[in-house]
Amino acid sequence: MATLSVPKRSTFNELFYSGLTKIPDGERVRTCLQCGTCSGVCPFGYLMDHPPGKMIAALRAGVIERALQGDTLWMCVSCYACTQVCPSKIPLTPGLMTKAKEELMLAGNIPSELQDALENTHRYGNPLGESPRRRAMWTRGVEPPVRIMSQVQRPLETLWFVGDYASYHPRVQLVSVAFAQVLNALGVDYAILGTEENSDGDSQRLAGERGLFEMLAEKNGRAFGKYSFNEIITTDPHAYNALKNEYPALGISYPVRHYTQFLAERIDQLKPLLRRDVKAQVTFHDPCYLGRANGEYDAPRLLLQSIPGVKLVEMSHHKETSLCCGGGGGGMWLDGFSWEKAHVRLSEWRVREAVNAEASVLAVACSYEAPRFEDAVKMVEKARRLVVRDIAELLAESIGG
Amino acid sequence: MNILVIVKMVPDLVEELAVDPDGKGLDPDWVRWKPNEFDDHAIEQAILIKERHGAQVTVVIPDMDGAEDAMYAAAARGADRLVKLRGDFTGSANNHALARALGKYLPELQPDLLLTGVQAHNDLDGSLGPLLAEFMGLPYLGYVAGVHLQGDKANVRKEHPGGVVAEMEINLPAVLGIQAAEQAPRYVAFSRIRQAMKTAAIEEQEIPHLDISGAAEVSLMKQVESGERAEMFAGDPDQVADRIVAVMRDHGIL
Amino acid sequence: MNKDIFVIIEHLGGEVADISYVMLAAAREIAPALQGEVVGILLGGGIENLCQNLAADRVWLFDDPRLADYSPTTNLHILGELIQQHAPRAVIFGDTSTGAEVAAGLSARLDLPMVSACHSLTVGDQSLGYDSRICGGRIQVQGELPSPTALIAMVPGGYNPDSGRSAVPPPIERLAIPHLEEPPIRLLSYIQPETGDVDISRAEVLVSVGRGIQNQDNLEIVEELAEALGGAVCASRPVVDQGWLPVSRLVGKSGRRVRPKIYLALGISGAPEHVEAIGGSQVIVAVNTDPEAPIFNLAQYGTTSDLFDLVPVLTDHIRQARSERVA
Repeated sequence: MATLSVPKRSTFNELFYSGLTKIPDGERVRTCLQCGTCSGVCPFGYLMDHPPGKMIAALRAGVIERALQGDTLWMCVSCYACTQVCPSKIPLTPGLMTKAKEELMLAGNIPSELQDALENTHRYGNPLGESPRRRAMWTRGVEPPVRIMSQVQRPLETLWFVGDYASYHPRVQLVSVAFAQVLNALGVDYAILGTEENSDGDSQRLAGERGLFEMLAEKNGRAFGKYSFNEIITTDPHAYNALKNEYPALGISYPVRHYTQFLAERIDQLKPLLRRDVKAQVTFHDPCYLGRANGEYDAPRLLLQSIPGVKLVEMSHHKETSLCCGGGGGGMWLDGFSWEKAHVRLSEWRVREAVNAEASVLAVACSYEAPRFEDAVKMVEKARRLVVRDIAELLAESIGG
Repeated sequence: MNILVIVKMVPDLVEELAVDPDGKGLDPDWVRWKPNEFDDHAIEQAILIKERHGAQVTVVIPDMDGAEDAMYAAAARGADRLVKLRGDFTGSANNHALARALGKYLPELQPDLLLTGVQAHNDLDGSLGPLLAEFMGLPYLGYVAGVHLQGDKANVRKEHPGGVVAEMEINLPAVLGIQAAEQAPRYVAFSRIRQAMKTAAIEEQEIPHLDISGAAEVSLMKQVESGERAEMFAGDPDQVADRIVAVMRDHGIL
Repeated sequence: MNKDIFVIIEHLGGEVADISYVMLAAAREIAPALQGEVVGILLGGGIENLCQNLAADRVWLFDDPRLADYSPTTNLHILGELIQQHAPRAVIFGDTSTGAEVAAGLSARLDLPMVSACHSLTVGDQSLGYDSRICGGRIQVQGELPSPTALIAMVPGGYNPDSGRSAVPPPIERLAIPHLEEPPIRLLSYIQPETGDVDISRAEVLVSVGRGIQNQDNLEIVEELAEALGGAVCASRPVVDQGWLPVSRLVGKSGRRVRPKIYLALGISGAPEHVEAIGGSQVIVAVNTDPEAPIFNLAQYGTTSDLFDLVPVLTDHIRQARSERVA
């Protein structure tokens, strides 16, 4: 790995510091109490040379570059746990950790798995390295057909931003098909961008690739600009976060909802359609980017409780304290790296919690999660019977037909 | 020390390939181009030499879709000079044509060392490196994984089958066909590439006429039939495992 | 007009390389229709013993201590003169670390047409044709090799190397070495791969891993499978480049050629540099979640099951099958 070339110690520190203060609420880093709660709540804090609190200590001592040596910073999965608990309300995740990763990125100091995902995103508009021409292949054979914006010659209500894994990953494509069924049952006037859609880039941004994120946002913005619609909905909380919180600063501003919010608003129309029983004790995993990062905990639960037969139970860590699946901030592309350092997977920890809560179904609402948790279920002996379903899939099952 | 890296754009195999209706070449409407992976290693090796010994690195790419992006990425990694060759490099162009054209132009740049990927997956008439070397009257060594300069010579590691590696010495100037750089091509942050787009200048060199003789003619090009495919086992892991065990039994393994 | 076919015999470490027999097999097949002879050509030092089983009509030997170590410029010089003098119908090289660069150099030097990645040759009425595979084995190209002389760089896969072996040694003629200048390329030393490890080129059962294995820790389940089968673990280039397995386990153009009874390819896409080294396998079973992976064009059996699901289950089945047999 390349080492940082630093002109003068204090200059680099000053630059880092001033860059940090440019982020909204970034100057709060000055009021850090050094309480250590952030480092304590961090799921991998014990493996980092410089967990958040210690990183701030280095910054104050004028030696931030010490915190940017080595590679343990890549254990951060941008789960917002630290940000959530910080008494000084310092934007640790979007500010400090992201900025630190940006520095590692500039130095070329990144694990090779992550490099592949970023290079794929750059070349193909998705981290999986799939052909952009096949982004809408998942819609083949879906009835009624999923409409593509470029083929719809009129303004419509809703643009569904599908996302990378929901478009290309075989497991998550099933969620997309299920959601299409729900939208159709509700008679929603929607379309997708299809091959004009590029990655939302939010995880890439949090992994330190701000430049790549902006390039993708520009492309998506241009695609949005071609069409006339009233709102954007998405099945992916990472895309939701980007569209809601980051795109407006780049001049791309649309009303945006996560699909659970969209459906919760229409619960009166949806409930009568949920005819079939789904008899299961269900527990819900709050995705970091819907829950902690954007404060939405109720809409998914409202939907689950509306499904006849479902009994909702909570895991010991839930809502604000939910445990990350390990996919954020680049984590989705650092499995090998993370395993070699930790020999424990956050997703496995989480499925154990689901089993302890006596759930038979682990419900999710994020495109990363179905494959991650299903992999974890295979590795955890006592979780072998746990079923993982996206809320959209449970709704589609209840709607039937 | 003047190092030239010659990069070829090759069909991106992530995309579907389609053959031209006349059956003699790839359909240009379908093909997407990306830099040859081995040429990427050649750029990395050049930058490593520059970092170790000091050198000027010039990257030369024939003009095709995506060539400019490749050049800016090279600049962001540390290439000093970028040259785009203007000519018709799609269609019937082959490595002989490219090597001849380069052989006429590159001596102007007074290179001490020329690096290019040892091969490209669309090579049909031999690879670029040895052809170029011959047209320039320079020695060539391919399958190189490791280059150290020693005055007017280079010490290189040449890979042979069976994991055998030969340490060889070559007089400069010379052309080397890179199999692998000493480290994997480094990542370049997009913001650096963006920066290069603003600050780096791309020079252009006109190639008026391409002499394509030297290849054998193509009478037919087609996609390899999926008909020669494996018998596929489907089902859950238990079912598939059963089928595989049966195959092993048939072949006396179990 | 000379109708002979020259085959440039490759050898390394005192052994004739397999590709040489493939080339001889190809030459043998087309020679009768062309009404020419197959001439094997060897350059080296103290190599007469290597000619014993070459299926050539005659062998021309350039045998000299100065040729003991491979030097491309020397080969270009000697072969250049030879080809110019005799103008054979075709000269076949291996598309390898030693053959490819000499073939291309000669093509440029002598202005002779050249084709690479050649899988097989055909003879028609008055004509000689080639069949090459490019673009990761996905595109097949055919065409004519013009007369008087065409150069061919050949890859394995189109011919059984046994057809290039002869029980009867061919007649050998020693040719005079032309004047040699001090070569600009010189061998300093060889770095041999680590010994004391399994020789995968002799293994009967191989379990091979590619990029799909994702990280080093996952090798554990593969080792267990190999153990259950009584076989060895090997790998394609990406795995060895990462250092997860030593170079002695590399299967491919730069590694070993293997000829097991069973080759189980896990998470291997089937790049040409890899598959050219496994063609000698009796049976190839490929596991890859991508149904379009080129490996399925070579394997006899395949599945798109996820290897992480399949491998532990397969290991169980095999252990069971073994214990049933014993019982």
